[in-house]
Amino acid sequence: MDRRKSLKLLATGAIAVPAVLAGCNNDEKKQAEHPPEISFNLDRAPEELERDRKLMETTFFTEHEMATIALLSDIIIPKDDISGSATDAGVPDFIEFIVKDMPQYQDPMRGGLRWLDVYCMNHFEHPFKDCTATQQMEIVDAIAYPEKAKPEFSQGVSFFTLVRNLTATGFYTSRIGVADIGYAGNSPTKWNGVPDEVLKQYNIAYTEKELKEGASYQ
Amino acid sequence: MGDLQIKKKSLKYDAVIVGSGAGGGMAAYMLANAGLKVCLLEAGHMYDPQKNVTQLKNPWDSPRRGASTKYRPFGDFDACYGGWQLDGEPYTKKEGTQWDWWRARMIGGRTNHWGRISLRFGPRDFKRRSIDGLGEDWPINYDDIKPFYDRIDKMIGVFGTNEGLENDPDGHFLPPPKPRLHELLIKQAAQKVGVTVIPSRLSILTKKINEDRGECFFCGQCGRNCSLAKADFSSSNVLVYPALKTGNVDVVAEAMVREVLTDKEGLATGVSYINKQDMQEYQVNARTVILAASTCESARILLNSKSSRHPNGLANSSNVVGKYLHDSTGAAMGGVLPKLFGRKRYNEDGVGGMHVYSPWWVDNKKLDFPRGYHIEYWGGMGQPAYGFGWDIQGMNGKHPVNGVQKEAGGYGKSLKEDYRYFYGAGVGMAGRGEAIPREDNYCEIDPNVVDKYGIPVLRFHVKWSDYEIKQARHMKETFREIMDAMGAVVTWGDNDGPENNWGISKPGEIIHEAGTVRMGSNPKTSALNKWNQAHDCKNLFVVDGAAFTSQADKNITWTILALSMRASEYIIDEMKKNNL
Repeated sequence: MDRRKSLKLLATGAIAVPAVLAGCNNDEKKQAEHPPEISFNLDRAPEELERDRKLMETTFFTEHEMATIALLSDIIIPKDDISGSATDAGVPDFIEFIVKDMPQYQDPMRGGLRWLDVYCMNHFEHPFKDCTATQQMEIVDAIAYPEKAKPEFSQGVSFFTLVRNLTATGFYTSRIGVADIGYAGNSPTKWNGVPDEVLKQYNIAYTEKELKEGASYQ
Repeated sequence: MGDLQIKKKSLKYDAVIVGSGAGGGMAAYMLANAGLKVCLLEAGHMYDPQKNVTQLKNPWDSPRRGASTKYRPFGDFDACYGGWQLDGEPYTKKEGTQWDWWRARMIGGRTNHWGRISLRFGPRDFKRRSIDGLGEDWPINYDDIKPFYDRIDKMIGVFGTNEGLENDPDGHFLPPPKPRLHELLIKQAAQKVGVTVIPSRLSILTKKINEDRGECFFCGQCGRNCSLAKADFSSSNVLVYPALKTGNVDVVAEAMVREVLTDKEGLATGVSYINKQDMQEYQVNARTVILAASTCESARILLNSKSSRHPNGLANSSNVVGKYLHDSTGAAMGGVLPKLFGRKRYNEDGVGGMHVYSPWWVDNKKLDFPRGYHIEYWGGMGQPAYGFGWDIQGMNGKHPVNGVQKEAGGYGKSLKEDYRYFYGAGVGMAGRGEAIPREDNYCEIDPNVVDKYGIPVLRFHVKWSDYEIKQARHMKETFREIMDAMGAVVTWGDNDGPENNWGISKPGEIIHEAGTVRMGSNPKTSALNKWNQAHDCKNLFVVDGAAFTSQADKNITWTILALSMRASEYIIDEMKKNNL
């Protein structure tokens, strides 16, 4: 459920909330003071605000690197019947931010991208992004399966594993990805226990004590 | 620095309280409601849960998708400012020893993000020395504190069930949330191997208890503090801001206390502090000084409060201040439950914590270690956050996906199917046990190091003994049995042995530290009497975890609250009698 809907639910009296509006006003004030691209709608201590702004004002990857990351992330998470692709979900921007936030990824990412380009230059005479789709998939297939990859590709495997991790995390924490995975929470509700059909599916039931003592709601 | 001067507040307060967490918040609330004038000092930032909100945010609202930072080690949505290392505020360790020190720096302290696990100590927990010959008995027993637990249950609210367990006393409980699916499976498995599982006891309002606070709406985000309904306990929402409403409390944030000031007779006259924002020196005078700066910080203030009457630091003629420092033991294990692969989706956020737990269930006579532990559980379909989907190659090559055995790793549409298939199948558990307080586990003033405010810092000297390590081993063996009984595949926490002390947490890491300014009936072996009052200085009180003689296998917050309420009423009473 998005924030707007939550607020609507709150406003209809589903919960007693004296101070929701104070929180919103605060957010709006923060946004007014700073350009929208570096505003936050979650609480920041002063030292966090300073650090996050600095991170957002710097650029790590080159345009060439970002184009390669976009290609790789869409190979890893393409559009399908259920949801959009990694780039639809803004994954490359997430990766750009996270390597600034977690500098331990900077060398493995930059070096891995270069490893990939050098491999492609040697074998296909172009960097990865300018190779044909067939060529791109040839090298991806060589590094995407850790247990069957040939030893000479081991550095490429490590790199691809990292890109897959960052892509998956970036995708499934985006609006598109959360909807894809089917996470149904983060919205006001009343917990009355596991749905009956699920209890049946797992052949399990609440005890009489649990039913009697447990909180239940209309 | 030419214009450096000490600014003295002209007002003399009835009490100056150092720290605004559970202990300090409760003292401020009690004293202010009794009409006393209170100055509440907090070393961290001003914070108002009604304005500083992370609740009901989506993962994409954080640019790092909820990952932790130095400033928020429990993740970007966690409500606690502070961490394991603070800029300009170092601490040191003696070589060959360990201590991780969590310091909250905000109004409300750690209570803004704690697990809300609200367990009463039982009758045996106050008399451990009489039972096993280790540590020390408290100067009070369960009957002394029971009325205060009862009042706190009703005033703050806690859910749970009365089970009639001797050392896990009954209380005044709100109805507990029903177990989630993985919790039903855990309960089944644990009972099969002889481990008790009962509804957890968390200070979360499953029913409305008054007009100031709402009812839980089951977002599972108590770690973010309940800004929207105030349905969980935090000192900020439930104690500090309500205390402010009395008009009897002045709150000063960014106030880092240097020392407790005393007069010629050795009585406390107030405290001195540095304001972290203007870097000026201040003094506050008061009839009583109440320390609740956290277990180690309160000891640090006392040890730094030296005078001719208190050459060893204040309240320290016994030389016990800083000693007997102990944290809960901890060990954990996790894995996946194949029977939950491909599960049906629904909102199972529940409350922000487990719906069931295991209180200590074994008779120690059968064991090679003293004291016990409780088990906390987790799992299920949580909100995706940074780390989601990590290392899928460890899953999709091992377990068939919708009946098809795949090659580990991969990409593309097939990979998207894998993430969906494995979501929500995780399960895990952790033990939290009682360590033995020992004289040779301590913090002291480092003779060579000061923080950026010029205040001498703490140096730690803490080691686990065999008792704690054997307890961790027992935890791991128990977890393995439960995981096996439920058909789970263990994916981490199962490769421990004597070489790594069975995966026991580092001392301090569980953030349940206690014992540095302990209570006792003998002034030679304790710093405080049974009213949290310094033996050496009658108008000085310590009402945080420092006062604990021992800490049980129960999270200590509920007992901090009860003792602080009890001490506060004693202070009010003594003031009426003009004894303070």
